[in-house]
Amino acid sequence: MYSEWIVSILLLIGGAFILIGSIGLIKMPDFFMRLHGPTKATTLGMAGVLIAAMVFFSSTQNGISVKELLITIFLLITAPISGYMLIKSAIHHKLKAKKGTKGLDNVEDD
Amino acid sequence: MLETVFLIVFAMIGLSLLLNLWRLVVGPSVPDRILALDTMYINTIALIILYGMSMGTGLYFEAALLIAMLGFVSTVAVCKYLLRGDIIE
Repeated sequence: MYSEWIVSILLLIGGAFILIGSIGLIKMPDFFMRLHGPTKATTLGMAGVLIAAMVFFSSTQNGISVKELLITIFLLITAPISGYMLIKSAIHHKLKAKKGTKGLDNVEDD
Repeated sequence: MLETVFLIVFAMIGLSLLLNLWRLVVGPSVPDRILALDTMYINTIALIILYGMSMGTGLYFEAALLIAMLGFVSTVAVCKYLLRGDIIE
């Protein structure tokens, strides 16, 4: 009974964060800002959904189910790496940043 | 109550997949499109896990794990191709 409430709240939080990440992907003005939404908000939303799945399967099936933690940890490890590769390729392509962005002088060419 | 929450979260994730598809079609540069694809596979994992929960079976977990690993590898491979013009040097 309590687990149903926990699963519902975690699912709603996770879905809201996934939606916020995708709205950020649409609304932000340049690529360097657009990278923030998917790499931070979506990863947090995925962690919420997967922890909800963990609680759900632990309460409906017998025994504790921890295998969803595998995907959570994998996503939390790989999201910064793919963000780093994306930002490196964006710098390599010399994408325009929005006017007023600080720290552009520190960017090195590779 | 849980069925209603499943429907709401299905709608949220479907809407975010549509927004990602919009960025994939419109996106002015190539890294934008890679970022949209990256977000799309992450949202697909959430969708598959949610479908398994609403069916009450843990059968779809392996598919979600495979999509997670292959999606990460493909993102890094395409970025590497953009950076160096080659994947394995």
